Order: sequence, then structure tokens, then C-alpha cells
Amino acid sequence: MDHQNISSEVTIPHHQHSDEEFRGRIRKTTIILSVITIIELGLGLLMYATNFPDWADMFIKGVIVILTLAKAFYIVSIFMHLGDEIRNMIMTIAVPLLLFVWFIAAFLWDGNEYKKLRNRYDKTKQEELIRMNAPIKAADTTTRHTLD
Amino acid sequence: MMWYFLMSDAFTFGAFLISYGTIRFSQNFWPDPNVVFNAFPGAGHANLPLAFVSVMTFILIISSVTMVLAVHAGHNNDKKGVIKWMLWTIVGGLAFLGCQAWEWHHLITGGHAVLMDGHLDVVGQTTRVNPWGAEVHGAAITEALSKTPHEALVKLVALNDHSQTHEQLAQLSDGQLRGMINTAELHVRETGPVAFGGFFYGITGFHGFHVFSGVVINIIMLIMTQKNVFARRGHYLMIEKAGLYWHFVDLVWVFVFLCFYLV
Repeated sequence: MDHQNISSEVTIPHHQHSDEEFRGRIRKTTIILSVITIIELGLGLLMYATNFPDWADMFIKGVIVILTLAKAFYIVSIFMHLGDEIRNMIMTIAVPLLLFVWFIAAFLWDGNEYKKLRNRYDKTKQEELIRMNAPIKAADTTTRHTLD
Repeated sequence: MMWYFLMSDAFTFGAFLISYGTIRFSQNFWPDPNVVFNAFPGAGHANLPLAFVSVMTFILIISSVTMVLAVHAGHNNDKKGVIKWMLWTIVGGLAFLGCQAWEWHHLITGGHAVLMDGHLDVVGQTTRVNPWGAEVHGAAITEALSKTPHEALVKLVALNDHSQTHEQLAQLSDGQLRGMINTAELHVRETGPVAFGGFFYGITGFHGFHVFSGVVINIIMLIMTQKNVFARRGHYLMIEKAGLYWHFVDLVWVFVFLCFYLV
């Protein structure tokens, strides 16, 4: 009996790749992961060493996030060989994880809104902004007179 | 079933990281990781941002590769190969844990001059206080220094002056101690967001615990391999499952690395 039939962990036969093919694949993935990590570190240090405007830093951070997702893809699909499994198996894992899209967007949005509300209504937060020399945005001040 | 366990674990880690992100987005100020994580074992006070954590990251990537090789050796029913690569994977896991222990110890016990409650103090990064707030300069430091109590003055002097012990410094008067502090050389910061410590130690600790349990699982697999359990069974499927868990630990680190160290 082939060992694939005794577990749901592995849904594909593994001997489809020859040893050389396998080694080549692992070597390539290792190099990709290392290079991506080095690029990420370089970008992180670039933000530290320079004084870009906020939007440029945000852009770099976005690039780093995308690179990290690429890394995650390689780990899951090659090292954990999910990419080789049958399609339905992949879908039972990948589809529930799509919840994260909503999860991340909703919560980060909420955190940001909380910041804006506190900056508008909380005196200590307003003082904090002044101490930090942060530009007071229109949204922070429009309703301030209603407090006085 | 391992896949579905890992999926639920992914949601646990995801929830932790997203709550961290929510709190971070709700703050006007958040510490710069390049400032917080800039130490390297044996390098003293050299400013080496991100250097040590990249070593940790590479250790984990390499141990993931050795795990792939162990799984592959299992497919070929190559007992010697499995043992060899499992050993290297365990070594990698232990090395990572050692690095994390050093990093935590350094953060908790490291002394940083901060301005809090109107006076200066020396604190480490704990779950109660965060020394990585905005930088303080000039007159504000001098004024805070004049209000600083004896105990904190001793710690401030000890930061840069290693020629005397704490006991010797404690004998000196406040005036003498203040005279020994050069405010121009003192790097003083305000306290930063308290939540930083809880999230950092909570999430990296939870991940470290996963690494630890992964190492324990790998050791058990190694012993079972050595006792020919898998050879008798005719397949090394358990190595495969342990491997999935180990790669997952590496996967989580990729995101922890992103959220705490890079952005």
C-alpha cells in the first residue's frame, strides 16, 4: 500500500520529482527567501538612514509588506509543499484565510479612527500633538470650540 | 489534520498581530524599531540596527531548509539522512531560542535614561514602561535633573561611569552625583507607549514557545527515528507532520519580523 493513502496530510505522491530536481528547487527557494530578506533589511535601514517624507516611508513599508507576502507564499507552497497538493485541499486552507483581508482592514481602520477621535476630543492627546510639533490637521480642530 | 490545526494557529497569531496593529494605529507616536533593536552580542554600545534580528531570521530560514531535507530523506527511507538533518534542525531551533533569550535579557536589563513624571530615571524595556519615546534636549534635561532623586542619580552616573560600584556611588551626595553627569552627553527620551512591551514580549514569547515546542517535537521524532519506529512502520510520515509544524513556526516569524522589526 502506498503511504499516501493512510493520511490526509499528504494528498500527492512525492516521488514525482527526481533527487536533482528536488535539490534544485530547494536551493532556488532558499536563495529567493534569503535575497528577499536582504532586500527587506536594506529597505528598513534605508528608512532609518534617510529622512524621506511620510508618504515615501509609507510606500517603502508597502513594498516590504508585499515582499513578506511573497516570502510567505514560497514557504507555504514549496517548503510546506501545499502548492503540490490537490486543488480542493489547497482551497480548504486558503479560502478561510481570506477572512484576514477583512480582519486586517477593519481593525487597522478602527485603530486609526480611534486616534483621530482622541486627538479631536482628548485634551492630553492635543497637548501631545503640540509637544511633538505635529501639524494640527483641520479634522483635529474643527470641533474644538464646542469643548470650550 | 495538521493543516487545520496550523490554520487555527494562524488565526491566533493573526489576532495577536492585528490587535498590536490596531493599538499602534491608534497612537500618535510609536517607537522606531531601528532605535529599539540596535544591539549585538559582544558589540557593546555599537549602534547596529536590525543586525541581530536578521541573524535570527536567517537561522530560522536555514533550519527550515534542513527540515525540508529531513522530510525528503524520509521519503527515500534514508534513516541516516533523517537523523542528520533532524539534528541540524534542532540545532537551528536551539540557536534561535538562545538568540531570543539574549535579546529579551538585553532589552529588560538595559538601562536607558528617560524623562518621566518631571524627573530623570533609568529604566529598561518592560511591560510597564517603554523608554523609547521622543528625544529630549537641552533645558528640559537640566530642569528634570534638578528634581531627580538620589536613587535615580546613582543609576544615571553608573550608565557611563564604570569606575565605581553602585555602593560607592550611593555614598556620594546628590550634588556630587549631579556634577558627574554631563547633560550634553546624556541621551534622554520621554517614555513611549506602554503597550509596546506587552505586545512585543507577548507575541515574540508566544512564537518562542512555538519554537520551543517545535524543538521538543523534533527531538521526539529524532529519538523515534533512531529506535527504528518509522523504519518498521515503512514510512516517515511523522517527520512530514513535524516538518509542517516547523515550517509554520518559520512562517509566523516572517510576519513577526515584519510587524515588530521592519515597519
